[in-house]
Amino acid sequence: MIAIRDMPRRLWHGTVDHLDPPLLIITLTIMGVGLATVFSATYDHDNRLVAQFINMGVALAVMWAMAQVPPQKLMRFAVPLYIIGVILLVLVFLFGIKVNGARRWLNIGITRIQPSEIMKIAMPLMLAWYFHKYEAALQLRHYVIALLLLVVPFGLVAKQPDLGTAILIGAAGFYVLFFAGLQWKIILGFAAAGGVAAPFLWNVLHDYQKRRILTLIDPTSDPLGSGYHIIQSTIAIGSGGSTGKGWLQGTQTHLEFIPEKHTDFIFAVYSEEWGLVGNTVLLVLYLLLVGRGMMIAANASTLFSRLLAGSITLSLFTYAFVNMGMVSGIMPVVGVPLPFMSYGGTALVILCLGLGILMSIQTHRMLVKK
Amino acid sequence: MMRGKSGRTHKFAESPVLQLALPAWRSRLVAIFLLASFGLLVGRSFYLQVVNNDFLQEKGESRYRRDLEISASRGKVTDRNGEVLAISTPMKSIWAIPADAKLNAQQAQQLAKVLDADAKELARKLASDKGFVYLQRQVSPEVADRVAALKLPGIYQNKEYRRYYPTGDMSAHMVGFTGVDDKGLEGVELAFEKSLIGHAGSRSVIRDRRGQIVEDVGSIRPPQDGKDVRLALDSKIQYIAYSHLKQAVADNKAKAGGAVVIDAKSGEILALANWPTYNPNNREHLSGGQLRNRAVTDTFEPGSTLKPFTAALALENGKFRFDTAINTAPGRLTIGKATISDAHPHGVLTVAQVIQKSSNVGVAKMAATFSPQEMWEMFDAVGFGQTSRLGFPGEVPGRLRAWKSWRPIEQATMSYGHGISVSLMQLARAYTVFARDGELLPISLTRIDEGPVTGIPVFSPQTAREVRAMLEMAAGPGGTAPKAQVAGYRVAGKTGTAHKLEGGVYANKYVASFVGFAPASDPRLIVAVLIDEPSAGKHYGGDVAGPVFSAVMGSALRTLGVPPDAQMTIAQAPTLAPEAGSRIAQPRPVQAKEKL
Repeated sequence: MIAIRDMPRRLWHGTVDHLDPPLLIITLTIMGVGLATVFSATYDHDNRLVAQFINMGVALAVMWAMAQVPPQKLMRFAVPLYIIGVILLVLVFLFGIKVNGARRWLNIGITRIQPSEIMKIAMPLMLAWYFHKYEAALQLRHYVIALLLLVVPFGLVAKQPDLGTAILIGAAGFYVLFFAGLQWKIILGFAAAGGVAAPFLWNVLHDYQKRRILTLIDPTSDPLGSGYHIIQSTIAIGSGGSTGKGWLQGTQTHLEFIPEKHTDFIFAVYSEEWGLVGNTVLLVLYLLLVGRGMMIAANASTLFSRLLAGSITLSLFTYAFVNMGMVSGIMPVVGVPLPFMSYGGTALVILCLGLGILMSIQTHRMLVKK
Repeated sequence: MMRGKSGRTHKFAESPVLQLALPAWRSRLVAIFLLASFGLLVGRSFYLQVVNNDFLQEKGESRYRRDLEISASRGKVTDRNGEVLAISTPMKSIWAIPADAKLNAQQAQQLAKVLDADAKELARKLASDKGFVYLQRQVSPEVADRVAALKLPGIYQNKEYRRYYPTGDMSAHMVGFTGVDDKGLEGVELAFEKSLIGHAGSRSVIRDRRGQIVEDVGSIRPPQDGKDVRLALDSKIQYIAYSHLKQAVADNKAKAGGAVVIDAKSGEILALANWPTYNPNNREHLSGGQLRNRAVTDTFEPGSTLKPFTAALALENGKFRFDTAINTAPGRLTIGKATISDAHPHGVLTVAQVIQKSSNVGVAKMAATFSPQEMWEMFDAVGFGQTSRLGFPGEVPGRLRAWKSWRPIEQATMSYGHGISVSLMQLARAYTVFARDGELLPISLTRIDEGPVTGIPVFSPQTAREVRAMLEMAAGPGGTAPKAQVAGYRVAGKTGTAHKLEGGVYANKYVASFVGFAPASDPRLIVAVLIDEPSAGKHYGGDVAGPVFSAVMGSALRTLGVPPDAQMTIAQAPTLAPEAGSRIAQPRPVQAKEKL
């Protein structure tokens, strides 16, 4: 009887116990803004509101599921996931499907997958696991091996070519290294080496990548080609003014001057309609999200969970920064969606998977302590 | 945001676990990195949305806001009775943005069929890498509707007008024509460009990236259609003048010809015809010669048609009267080194007879009594040496040299129309002084509706009436142009047959002319006819231009319902002394030959 009477309460606790309320509220707020913006960007024709709503539902379910998995269990997936990821990347390199001149997709019979997406999670997981394993006696060689673990997938993805994703994967790994205490000298050394190698790297870059960087410096050099996106999006942002044109009132958006307006360039749509005030609000929301993530990292009970939480959180901020930087014309054009705002299921699921891990780290901490 | 909720939480930077491995500066660095990124994005946002806002807003607006032209129709040109001479009919132009016009084979075939165009040519236009191509211009509205019904991507239409000239070549020089851009290029179309031209209106619209109009915004400026122009021209008289001129040019195997009909009461130009002419509706193979409005752009030595002016001045000065006798014997007159002569010596003639028989010697003797200045002033007063200010392109003033440089021989030759040049229009207008009791009338291209027109007095009414009588004699039996007579009307007029100057030498080519008016009792119409280089045997003004004058004048008077003032039969002169010509004996530089 007692058990039956307790059922609803238990069910409630079973459902919410591993959710982190601040993280959830902030995320839902951003998602709400995202839905409104996706609606504005697509309601003229081909409305994506319902589809994005379903995407969010699926992503939140994944988040909830991940939050139930304790970090210790997660650790067991680190090595296999990383190895599978690398193997898939090698397969892409060998047998990938070429789309628009880039080999990013792998046909696995039933569907096509993009293994680089897996690496976005597998990379921090692997490195966090690695440092956790050797926590007691970290030596220089561990950092060197960690660097190798980082460079191999990075190189494979960059070779596809997909420099944007490669940099994001590299950044996720680098954050782990950074939090694990990679020496300042080594960081500086790499930065210096990077600086020296830059002119040589320039020659390695593909033409379209060079063009994107050049158009960043002067978008008007190719107004109808690669500069077109930047010119249109900066005009849209600028014409929003300080308070914006109002929801559904963005002329550049509704007259279809903004390319990819519901996916990668959704920030331009949002910016035009909500202005500087809206931008600041959105940035504060992201900062709150990252702040909560950093708090979770700081409170994490193991090195693994601390490194993983730190890396996931900073990666999230990196996505947001790179996307907004690109749309507002201070970063080169790379295909990075704006977290929780851009239309699209895959990115949303991966992001929520990360959030689920953060929640798991936060909520399983007490259990460990007990 | 880093604040914990219980003792178990710590500030990230002070996390004891983290600090085992990390110095505090490393976590601070992360915080600084985050805030710097935040600042960078907000700063960029501020720059775009506040600092650079106006510029970008304007840029944005320029991308979607367009002022569309609403075309205005050009005014009509009609004759005095409202008959249409030039009209704009609404048409459509079909154009495409080749990049957007991705037609499948079936669509392309349909389009070619509707436009009645060559499919290959159409495909070539659509494959162009230009941003804009005309597929077909001046398409009828029905065809345009059928194109629109196909709903093809990237195919658009514009309203445009096509100028149509119902009377075609008949009044081509008078009406002129417009170019592709609807601007007047010739004739009345150019002369009245300012009032004919329509002023396009505009409306502001918002267009999306694909150029589709989303909505109208802002004010609409309505188009102003051009004003109609009602000419003085009378289509019926124009037709009469044109057809007779055309016939005469053909019969005489002449190079060209012109005819002008002026209303002697109002100065209105009722007809202006030239040959050769052109079809203004199809100007594909057009030569400069066809385009020339000879009656106003070409000058010629008028010859004997100027003699009445000399006679009038002589009467006006009081030194001669209608019947003052002048001895023209022996048909020669030597002035300085040059000698002028009549073709047939006439002996003693009255002033009237001098005009009737067209004696060069007689006229020169009258002119010898004038000062160069007063003769110049008379020519100037009747409008020679100045344009008639009709606004026609290429109007010429003719040649009237300053009197100070006149030598006596030149004054003598000018008295019978040599060493001076005029246009046919000037000559016709000058004759208003005889038709109008001494007044020179202003001439008008447009219909005059208000009150009687007054001219500038040049001669006294008495003088004008006397010269009129002389001119009637000239056109009558015993005159030089009996073929100019019109059944039922008394006709007054003067012939002219001038040798053409070619390279400063009088060639064996002639300009035959006749200027006159009728009815002589109360002149209503002035008709001037010119036949250039008749080469079918006859070349005298009385033989070549006279019959044209007669036919045009007769038909025009009857058309206007002018009451006859004479019997309906023409008094045929017995055999005529064909001419009263004269000659300047050789010497240069003044070379002039003149017959009739």
